[in-house]
Amino acid sequence: MTEVNLVQAVNLALARAMEEDDHVLVLGEDVGIDGGVFRATDGLLRRFGAERVLDTPLAEGAIAGLSVGLGAQGFRPVAEIQFTGFIYPIIDQLASHAARLRNRTRGRLTCPMVVRSPCGGGIRAVEHHSESPEAMFAHIPGLRVVIPSSPRRAYGLLLAAIRDPDPVVFLEPTRLYRAARGDVVDDGAADILGRCFVLREGGDVTLIAWGAMVVEALAAATALEAEGVGAEVIDVATLKPLDTETIVASIGKTGRCVIAHEAPLTGGFGGEIAGRIAEQALFSLLAPIERIAGYDTVIPLPRLEQLYFPDASRIADAARRAMAYR
Amino acid sequence: MAKSAPRAKSTTPPKTKSQAKPPGKALKSKTAAKVPAPTAVATSDRILRYYRDMLLIRRFEERVGQMYGMGLIGGFCHLYIGQEAVVVGLQAALGPEDQVITGYRDHGHMLAIGMEPKRVMAELTGRRDGYSKGKGGSMHMFSRAERFFGGHGIVGAPVPLGTGLAFAQRYQAGRGVTVCYFGDGASNQGQVYESFNMAELWKLPIIYVIENNQYAMGTSVKRASATVDLYRRGESFAIPGRQVDGMDVLAVRAAADEAVEWCRSGKGPMILEMKTYRYRGHSMSDPAKYRSREEVNKVRTEHDPIDQVRNRLLEGKLADEARLKAIDNEIREIVIAAAEFAQESPEPDVAELWTDVLEAI
Repeated sequence: MTEVNLVQAVNLALARAMEEDDHVLVLGEDVGIDGGVFRATDGLLRRFGAERVLDTPLAEGAIAGLSVGLGAQGFRPVAEIQFTGFIYPIIDQLASHAARLRNRTRGRLTCPMVVRSPCGGGIRAVEHHSESPEAMFAHIPGLRVVIPSSPRRAYGLLLAAIRDPDPVVFLEPTRLYRAARGDVVDDGAADILGRCFVLREGGDVTLIAWGAMVVEALAAATALEAEGVGAEVIDVATLKPLDTETIVASIGKTGRCVIAHEAPLTGGFGGEIAGRIAEQALFSLLAPIERIAGYDTVIPLPRLEQLYFPDASRIADAARRAMAYR
Repeated sequence: MAKSAPRAKSTTPPKTKSQAKPPGKALKSKTAAKVPAPTAVATSDRILRYYRDMLLIRRFEERVGQMYGMGLIGGFCHLYIGQEAVVVGLQAALGPEDQVITGYRDHGHMLAIGMEPKRVMAELTGRRDGYSKGKGGSMHMFSRAERFFGGHGIVGAPVPLGTGLAFAQRYQAGRGVTVCYFGDGASNQGQVYESFNMAELWKLPIIYVIENNQYAMGTSVKRASATVDLYRRGESFAIPGRQVDGMDVLAVRAAADEAVEWCRSGKGPMILEMKTYRYRGHSMSDPAKYRSREEVNKVRTEHDPIDQVRNRLLEGKLADEARLKAIDNEIREIVIAAAEFAQESPEPDVAELWTDVLEAI
């Protein structure tokens, strides 16, 4: 067992996957010689060679399209898009091709590709380098969408994503790359996709989050505990397919719910979760569902960033409102 | 206006047939000759002006680097040090009707255009007096007054946007030309070629300036491009191209003059590949492991654009040390004042978080 940060855990998982399957290829901008801007692919070129670790030209659309072609031939490409702000050109390749290949060919072709990209804010990097487009991907049938919140999850979920027979969008919270540290056993054991993780149990209110917001939710839970409020924290981890069961079970227990995400409120994935709760747990609710999200505006400069992104205090305040509701 | 001038007030793109003449046959392929001789007749005043403008960019960027290191500037930040001759030489060939668009390594462009150093710096520090009210940062500044259309963080983005700017100029039937800067890395983006086709098809007045600083972020052009003579990238669209020593401001000026004339006379786009070099990393967070210190030092000592002009001035006795010293001092004052202004300007109002998303929410 080694203590690593989140980006090192990603690196371990990539190396492990490449080690065990020579059909796993890593490609992207500066992933080879440079080892990735965040060093996620550090050392892979040296270890696995330039045939399997490809420095690509700056051409996101083709990086994704190429991966679809590779995937259709049984390879397992892991493409890195350097920042989620650069990911929009590949939505065409994902929505039009990767996500539909299985369906369009009635299962004769599949696309076991992974697109990795650092997501979210908190590194004072303004627009293009701070966004959270997970809901856009979750809206596309045929894609899985995964966001880890800790080194251990990053390792286990990325291995699962690479081994998965279908395309996975794997979004890595940039601000946790170095900030999140934890023990990882590099034994090749994958987590299961499509399952939420209950990180902390509590009986009064359920805090639902993913990525970097999980850390904020845990901090909020600690603050609430001091006030005698028991908060249950759920790390959604896989947005699609969504593990509604775990969420509904928790709401059945607590009756109150705060959903937190960095992406803007409108059309955010919190709305989907709220919808599921309304469908399946309406009569368990003791208070309206609270959503804490980014605002419906462009991500601002560093000085306003802390106002934009939800944090532990906003989450805790929402939980208090839910607790006070009569 | 030339024959192929746009038909003003037409809502459709000019028909290609009426202007299907090849854009200067003589200028195709063969004319895509390498490095034209610097023929610009430059008076000493002109060269001094280049020296001053390049030095302003150099000193400004050095200061930006320091302030970034001190945590006064947030976000990603890409310095222009080493490439100064490109914008200064290009800008010298432009007139008040021309407009500019570029990518994220944009501080030098704004200074060369004549935008205020203090307001550029205030944007870098995220303050209210910055060109984007402290909301855009290093990569996203604009000035309608100076016809500077950004400042864009996405690799290759200026190319289609700039093509649209040039379309507007053509539609308005003025003399204006758009100068669209992008890098060697961006030249491998698909959107570049979609734009090239339209620009030549509709004979748009746009100069595509490829600032080939040899590295697409951390990947050398040789490792990222199937063909490295980027001035030839327009050949299949019949867009003429020139390869220029982008470290020599006079060579840049000469090439710019030719390109501006080409575009103004309605002949369509032209590509200028500027062979240049950035001394610093791709961004402030890039340790630049992908190249050797020797390589950087060799360019600095042998091809520095500012040293070249300085030597030319002194050896040609166009200026003496005292004159250059006076310029150095003037620049230093400007940069100090900009840095002070950028730290004194107030923070943006919290309410700014919700402004300018839509005209009205």
